[in-house]
Amino acid sequence: MARKGKVFKYGSNIDTDAIIPARYLNLWEPADLAQHCMEDLDAEFISRVEPGDIIVGELNFGCGSSREHAPVAIKASGISCVIGKSFARIFFRNAINIGLPLLECEEAVDNIKAGDIVEVDLATGKITNLSTGKSFISKPYPDFMMEIVNAGGLVEHTKKKISGAK
Amino acid sequence: MTLAEKILAAHSGKDSVSPGEFINVKADLVLSNDITAPIAIKEFNRLGVETVFDPSKIVMVPDHFCPNKDIQSAEQAKMMRDFARKHKLIYFEVGEMGIEHVLLPEKGLVLPGDTVVGADSHTCTYGALGAFATGMGSTDIAIAMATGEIWMKVPPTIKFVFHGKPGKWVGGKDFILYIIGDIGVDGALYSAMEFHGEAIDALPMDGRFTMSNMAIEAGGKAGLFHVDATTRKYLKGRAKRKYTEYFSDPDAAYARVIEYDAAKIEPQVAFPHLPSNTRPISQVGNIPIDQVVIGSCTNGRIDDLRLAARILKGKKVDKRLRTIIIPGSQRVYLDAMKEGLIKSFIEAGAVVSTPTCGPCLGGYMGILAAGEKCVSTTNRNFVGRMGHVKSEIYLANPAVAAASAILGRIASPEEIA
Repeated sequence: MARKGKVFKYGSNIDTDAIIPARYLNLWEPADLAQHCMEDLDAEFISRVEPGDIIVGELNFGCGSSREHAPVAIKASGISCVIGKSFARIFFRNAINIGLPLLECEEAVDNIKAGDIVEVDLATGKITNLSTGKSFISKPYPDFMMEIVNAGGLVEHTKKKISGAK
Repeated sequence: MTLAEKILAAHSGKDSVSPGEFINVKADLVLSNDITAPIAIKEFNRLGVETVFDPSKIVMVPDHFCPNKDIQSAEQAKMMRDFARKHKLIYFEVGEMGIEHVLLPEKGLVLPGDTVVGADSHTCTYGALGAFATGMGSTDIAIAMATGEIWMKVPPTIKFVFHGKPGKWVGGKDFILYIIGDIGVDGALYSAMEFHGEAIDALPMDGRFTMSNMAIEAGGKAGLFHVDATTRKYLKGRAKRKYTEYFSDPDAAYARVIEYDAAKIEPQVAFPHLPSNTRPISQVGNIPIDQVVIGSCTNGRIDDLRLAARILKGKKVDKRLRTIIIPGSQRVYLDAMKEGLIKSFIEAGAVVSTPTCGPCLGGYMGILAAGEKCVSTTNRNFVGRMGHVKSEIYLANPAVAAASAILGRIASPEEIA
């Protein structure tokens, strides 16, 4: 999937209850969760989101609960990556583990508006705002985390480790 | 090294670790609940392993939407129960359960020096016992259930010192809300928090659990206390295995040291919609309310109920509001009955429920309608957390919540007692 699309822009401290309200935690199929992604914060999100689109948040994106349902819902909605100034710790782990790329880049966040078309190259960390022509480089992942990303998530990474040990 | 660094070094086969380092940590306990276990089980099954690493170190607790609130919750609870039985895990059925973070310490399952990972953000509660405990997602927990290990980045530690003696109605909830109000909801992001000072030394165990519990609300990875006489007394009769007490070195390196005067801290109220929107009770003003909730993994322990009962005994709650009191575990429920607290609550006009996370996360047992306001002893007041997106949650300690129930508006315990 191309990581290119229009931007949904939100503020700071977007919590996991805003991403997927707890009343839907009796669901766990990704497609079911996606139907309710962001609904309390942005009722139009689900009808407008298209594959490849990108969420841009400010500080501490994904704070609150440990629910993996939050990055799962975002990923299943078609969002290709999330760009933010900073991410809450558990959300960050969860997103990496399930293969939803997160990019930390203050400059990009300050220079991207809602509706802009943005393209992301994960290999180089380059974020290009095609609407303005400006580009930015995100903070690189530590090597250890890049291994998980490259394996396609923590389960695949661990599977490799387990089969290697046998 | 700090307390967090020492525990992590001991569990990763290293003599020392430093902040920023990636390590593989051996887990002493792996936890999940009825809403996070189903995804963990699904991911576990994808790993292609037959068995868990050690069934005596894996706990599953049906507490969030249990006793089952609807058909889908029943299916999730069943999936967890079936898995727990198949793999012979530690599992508590509803009759012996409690809110996981009240239950596990009570059962002696978490001890000082342990590392605990849980698919629940409030797993950090066990830091009160001098354990390194942190919340993760379901996939992390699947890996930990299969291998007994999980990756972590060693966090820097922030030291919080509370000098002096706090006022009568000020406790752990007020200290932690005061911290969050000061440093913000990301003030301790990725960090371990370590609590010190005379006011901390004097804090009872239940108040310590409350503080560690809300470390996550400051973005923290863990909230740690050192073991002392209070901890050892709590563990007596509970601990069924040996444990190690770790202490920060006198020359340990802290990212920051933040000091407060406990005597100057009033009971705190966190206004909607962030735990950091705190005000001292004297600055709250006249805010009529529709509901009061006393309970949760933050304030559902016996000391919390005793505090609420001190205010509610012999009084009546305002007829215009609902007062919902939820003991954190069957043990707490039973103790509260023996002490006559439940009688005081019911006679005051409160409803008392079986242990559950229920209303805290807008599950059931006290959902708010549009425009309603609730004073709650829980941990989060995000938009829509307890129901309608146009409802409001004010976080406070159990004494403030009880006083508010009587007066029908956010009130100080001083106005009652």
